[in-house]
Amino acid sequence: MTATTSATASGTRVYRLGEFHRFDSAGAHFLYLVPAGAIFAVDDAAGKLIDCLAAGELPHARLIDDLAARGLTIGDAEELVAEMYHANVIVADDSTPEQPQDLPDVFPIQTLVMNLTNQCNLSCQYCYEFGADKVATPEGKPKFMDLETARTSVDFLLAQSGDRRSIHITFFGGETLMNFPLLKEVVAYANERVGEQGRHVDFSLTTNGTLLTPEIVEYLSENRIGVTVSMDGPKEMHDHLRVFANGRGSYDIIEPKVRALIQNHRTRPITARVTLTSGVSDVIRIFRHLKQDLGFHEVGFAPVTTSPNQLYAIGQKGMDGVLEQFHELAGEYLEYALRGEAHGFSNVSDTLAELCQGVNKSHPCGAGLGLLGVGPSGDIAPCHRFVDSDVHAMGHISTGIDRAKQADFLRRGHIDSKYDCHTCWARPLCAGGCHHEAYVRYGDTGHPNLHYCDWIRDWTNTCLEIYGAIAARNPGFLQQFAERKAE
Amino acid sequence: MRHMRPLNKKAVRIDAYVASRTDDVVGLQDAAKQQRPHVPMGCSIMFTPGWEVDAAGGTAGLCQPVERDIYDCFVSCYWPAQVPDHLNNSPDWTAKCASATKDWRNLDLVFP
Repeated sequence: MTATTSATASGTRVYRLGEFHRFDSAGAHFLYLVPAGAIFAVDDAAGKLIDCLAAGELPHARLIDDLAARGLTIGDAEELVAEMYHANVIVADDSTPEQPQDLPDVFPIQTLVMNLTNQCNLSCQYCYEFGADKVATPEGKPKFMDLETARTSVDFLLAQSGDRRSIHITFFGGETLMNFPLLKEVVAYANERVGEQGRHVDFSLTTNGTLLTPEIVEYLSENRIGVTVSMDGPKEMHDHLRVFANGRGSYDIIEPKVRALIQNHRTRPITARVTLTSGVSDVIRIFRHLKQDLGFHEVGFAPVTTSPNQLYAIGQKGMDGVLEQFHELAGEYLEYALRGEAHGFSNVSDTLAELCQGVNKSHPCGAGLGLLGVGPSGDIAPCHRFVDSDVHAMGHISTGIDRAKQADFLRRGHIDSKYDCHTCWARPLCAGGCHHEAYVRYGDTGHPNLHYCDWIRDWTNTCLEIYGAIAARNPGFLQQFAERKAE
Repeated sequence: MRHMRPLNKKAVRIDAYVASRTDDVVGLQDAAKQQRPHVPMGCSIMFTPGWEVDAAGGTAGLCQPVERDIYDCFVSCYWPAQVPDHLNNSPDWTAKCASATKDWRNLDLVFP
């Protein structure tokens, strides 16, 4: 009886193509279903159906006839249409896209980024905390976080993390290690508190590497603290903008320290985080140096966040060059993956992890949602990039989150508010891009980052092709990404 | 699905959804598994090898005649179900059926 009803319903449908991105890889055909974030391998028959509807909508009977003319039996054609219709690859007037769910009233926090200090011993010109485009207003605020604020922050995280079994604390700055004594206090205190509750906490930090000592490295290794080093490549590139206040480059200071870090920190992978600027965009050379010469486990790249008129901003031409080199490294990544080996280009692995989950984001990242930043003064910010900014403060660690400000931030940043994104197939992963970048570029955290749309689509497509090729030829490799997401 | 193979977690969920909308409803289906017609292996209350159909879906290979199954409900099962009960209301229901394979047609409906 069910079959009869649905046959009647399907008979009157008029179909058109749904929202998907079609791509080929390793000689096979794939679809990326946009509203869902789902990836499917499809056969030739599915391709024929899409071709049939490419010119416009067709009623059910016509579609079946067209498919029959392309060599399918009537039974096969009916089955194919039903499959594709229920999966929303093709849609009809009776297709009702599910409305995005409202955010829950209380969203548990998983990660707290603690800016232990807003002071830094370097004067990198592009720094978003001190450079020309800074949003921070640190005047009159403490320069170093004190123990009480730090402990209150840990208590705050524990209280706000709901029933999450595992929580995360990231130490940030300024230069994080300028407040290393406090870092140790926080680790000890947080471990003690989660121990009482039978939960788990893990730690990571970002540093410029200048203050690393053998004792610090040993401590970081013993306490399983993940380390990301901000480093821009070989000496001449790194020293281009990553300089001390007197203009001297920092490469010679950090190079031996980083080598010692990678050699002696054995409990967590060590990551390099590269900021690409107009003078530093030789991606392949930077990657080779950081991965092969220095031995970082993973290397990730991001173009500098800046207003477009800064000299170090990467122009369109520079970005095209970057993308070209990203493609080359991505190709290399695929070769490694097919052999089951880790390559270390984290821009690919991070995207593959999201593709594997099939994320479909309401917001570009967890800022203000599952992640918050806290500054030395105890002010809460959506993330570390907004710390110490009066405009973006979202309450104080002692009084809790300012729910009205949080709601405003999240409403602006929601994909529903970004009309430019509604026709883009890459929105499940991008969701309009970094809130902070948007604020620096457009003066509104909720503005989509339209200056890199083409770039994001190209890169997402590249990663989809890699995903498809791995799924076809070495699917076991993807298992690591299925398990990677924290609960 | 025959034409689309799911490759990520979200696709697996869509796959299950589509299956629920396109597959036939079958007897004794198990919602947790892919729903396909399958051989019922005995009734849920007692284990009787050879219940209804053999492993190939027919009755030729049963270890006892298919018609014999009726007695598992009528006599040996405590649960008054598909057949009249022999304890109170229909003690003589099988009186005209000495050999199930030959006389099963004599087992008639009971009209209370």
